[in-house]
Amino acid sequence: MSKKVVINRRDFIKSISAAGTGLAIGFYLPFKNKLQAEVYKKTVDFVPNIWVNVSSGNQVTLTVAESEMGQGVWTSLPMIIAEEMELDWTKVKVVQAPVDENYFGNFNMGTGGSASVRTSWEKLRNAGAVAKDMLLEAAASELSVAKNECIADKGYIIHQLSGKKLSYGELTQKAASIEIPSSVNLKDPNKFSIIGTDLLRTDTLLKVNGTAQYAMDLDLPGMIYASIVRCPYFGGNIKTINDTDARNVDGILDIFKIETGIAVVGESTWAMLQGRKKLKITWDRGSNKYPDNESIYELFKKRSRKRGAKGRNEGNVKKALKNADRVIDAVYDVPFQAHATMEPMNCVADFQPDNCQVWAPTQSPKNAQKRVSEMTGFPMDKVKINVTFLGGGFGRRAFNDFVDEGVEVSMKLKKPVKLIWTREDDMQHDFYRPASRHLLKAGLMNDGQSLAWSHSVVAPSILFGQMFKYPIPFKDKLDVVALAGAKEIAYEIPNIRVDYKSANTDIPIGWWRSVYDSQNAYANECFIDELAHTLKTDPVEYRLRLLKKSSRHTTVLKRAAQKSGWGKHLNNNHYQGVSCHASFGTYVAQVAEVSVDNEGNVHVHRVVCALDCGQAVSPINIRAQMEGSIVYGLSATLNGEITIENGAVKQSNFHDFQVLRMDQMPTIDVHIIKSSEPPSGVGEPGLPPIAPAVANAVFSATGKRIRKLPIKAEDFLA
Amino acid sequence: MKKYIININGERKGITIDGDTPLLWVIRDELKLTGTKFGCGRGLCGACTIHIDGEETRSCITPIENVDGLKITTIEGLSKNTSHPLQKAWIAEDVPQCGYCQSGQIMTAAALLSRNPDPDEDDVNSAMRMNICRCGTYNRIRKGIIRAAKEMKDV
Repeated sequence: MSKKVVINRRDFIKSISAAGTGLAIGFYLPFKNKLQAEVYKKTVDFVPNIWVNVSSGNQVTLTVAESEMGQGVWTSLPMIIAEEMELDWTKVKVVQAPVDENYFGNFNMGTGGSASVRTSWEKLRNAGAVAKDMLLEAAASELSVAKNECIADKGYIIHQLSGKKLSYGELTQKAASIEIPSSVNLKDPNKFSIIGTDLLRTDTLLKVNGTAQYAMDLDLPGMIYASIVRCPYFGGNIKTINDTDARNVDGILDIFKIETGIAVVGESTWAMLQGRKKLKITWDRGSNKYPDNESIYELFKKRSRKRGAKGRNEGNVKKALKNADRVIDAVYDVPFQAHATMEPMNCVADFQPDNCQVWAPTQSPKNAQKRVSEMTGFPMDKVKINVTFLGGGFGRRAFNDFVDEGVEVSMKLKKPVKLIWTREDDMQHDFYRPASRHLLKAGLMNDGQSLAWSHSVVAPSILFGQMFKYPIPFKDKLDVVALAGAKEIAYEIPNIRVDYKSANTDIPIGWWRSVYDSQNAYANECFIDELAHTLKTDPVEYRLRLLKKSSRHTTVLKRAAQKSGWGKHLNNNHYQGVSCHASFGTYVAQVAEVSVDNEGNVHVHRVVCALDCGQAVSPINIRAQMEGSIVYGLSATLNGEITIENGAVKQSNFHDFQVLRMDQMPTIDVHIIKSSEPPSGVGEPGLPPIAPAVANAVFSATGKRIRKLPIKAEDFLA
Repeated sequence: MKKYIININGERKGITIDGDTPLLWVIRDELKLTGTKFGCGRGLCGACTIHIDGEETRSCITPIENVDGLKITTIEGLSKNTSHPLQKAWIAEDVPQCGYCQSGQIMTAAALLSRNPDPDEDDVNSAMRMNICRCGTYNRIRKGIIRAAKEMKDV
């Protein structure tokens, strides 16, 4: 069924050029019509909204406001507009949105939280539908026929009775004179011909011939190159600097202190890096109370004994545990993780006397603009942030520290600067996925009933830690974000308690693909597996028994079990493990098939992943996001971790921070459940289930419970 | 500083530079060919992979003095109009996500196919294991290589 939606006309704007040759529609953002009119007075095209621009030459350009960091927004978001607007997909051009208040008002333009498609779904559908409606109206008027005798198809309005047709480009001028409709019909999802189909990405050509532009690739006339030597010790500072030798290196232009360290500036990247090596610095290590993994885990242990802040409390866990026939408990530990985006942090900053321009691979361009405006004293409209392609984001680039640095250096030298982090800088000065400790306790009855579930999450808080000095009161010491996926556990157990025990350290922490969900799902899903085994129940059966009211969990779990051949005999000492977790609105179940060799190496051969993400907008990309999340999660399950030693990060590059490589790559089968629910997230939800699925499979293979990540060969020797 | 002659993507270029400058920075900063990427600076990730006389080479750890007079190919010189079977296969298999590692992946794969036109999965794994992709496109890369190999055989 098609759906009628009421349009708030104030949310839309349209315009036509002075020359009268095109049309544009702007829409849906909380900004004033006057401002919009100003912007669009200058345009020459039919711009039915800020997302859509039809030129009189019949070029349709769709704008993407979110950052393209590999997750596919340059494809999935335009697909939504193209569907409702009946565009010829092969002729659509995609551009990155400017960071401009006149276009976006208060809309923060941040990319993260697997939010792009789910938060754009309605507004982009409406935008496409409004544009189509105006074009239909325009065509009816041009052809002097009834609007309802016309249809829109692949960039044309066709009058069915006469067979006359007009391209969108031919209609721009007329369309611009049409009133924005007060209501429009959205398409019947059964008639979708773009949404739900495997259209190829729009950015691939650029990414296979070297022409895709990352900030790292920008070249400005007179540009110089800088990097920052930062104190390796968290909470430490510079004691002494001797830069005599460094300044003597050919091509070194300047060396000076900035907010985050010592800037070394050169005529070329290599000169700058050579100068950097000659810098002699002594460090004051500061007074970091938790300078190594041991002291951090001591802190976690200490906080484990403290009373937690309740995130969820149903029934009476204490009483239920007393009445239970058996009480099972376990502790799970998860380490810090680096993002290690393939493109290290960088930006190009060009400070001029009356404006500042930055090219940055950022997930939060509006924050960057605000910050640069504060730093330079320039009004927002004199600060231009250009969002380039991001060579990976994973949450790291929600923080704009690298933008601040580039701007600071450019302000000082009054020249365009390319600021580059080395891989070592990147790995040792990340905002790490927090480490955490999970205390699980359950009460079981001999008849198989599950009576009580208790989960205490001991972890540093991103929101209320050292990163954000938010004036938000830390209510009851409860960080609900840190309980993501722990609090929402879907298992129907009558007595449930989930609490949070804050344990802040000086290690900088931040968002990381699925963040706390990755940690909480590992603990939840391994422990539920422990309970199933304790009760001598099949782990899939046990979960299904506790998910009677959760049909979407049940569906994905059954699908993953069925597609993986769960419970059937496997050859070659292969064993399976299962997990099920919902995050960012999406339900995912995974079955991992592993073997463990005599040296204790875990080999993951196959992962079957079933998910329900509501309406699948771009299935080929949803599969890519599941594959990517599984690979990213497997790196953290089997390979890399960040450890703290002597106040600093021990790892520095890909030799000691090992990530998954092709020879470790399992087969991945993704099964998307057909759904008419609105779309939910896909960038992150594939990650949380992988560690527990693998750990549970390792238990099946070896009888050893993996209660600490990453899995190491020595786990099997004890 | 010394003058070096390199033959890059079919063009001879003279560059006066320190002999220990890694080829990566010559290519990117001096010749402005930015398809070749900086990832680790230590030959660990493969993002900077180019061909020297047809063999895959980590340009971030290869000083220019070692390649004086040799034939260098970067992603920009791999084909005319993005027509290399690997590039076409990458498009057909929807391989790249963020795309940053893909120039290096394609250059490594191209060298593999030129010495082994019919690689099996193990051949692909051992050739490609030194190229990291954090977006997790490995399976699609593998499919792309097999697809390209098939196309090259059919021609």
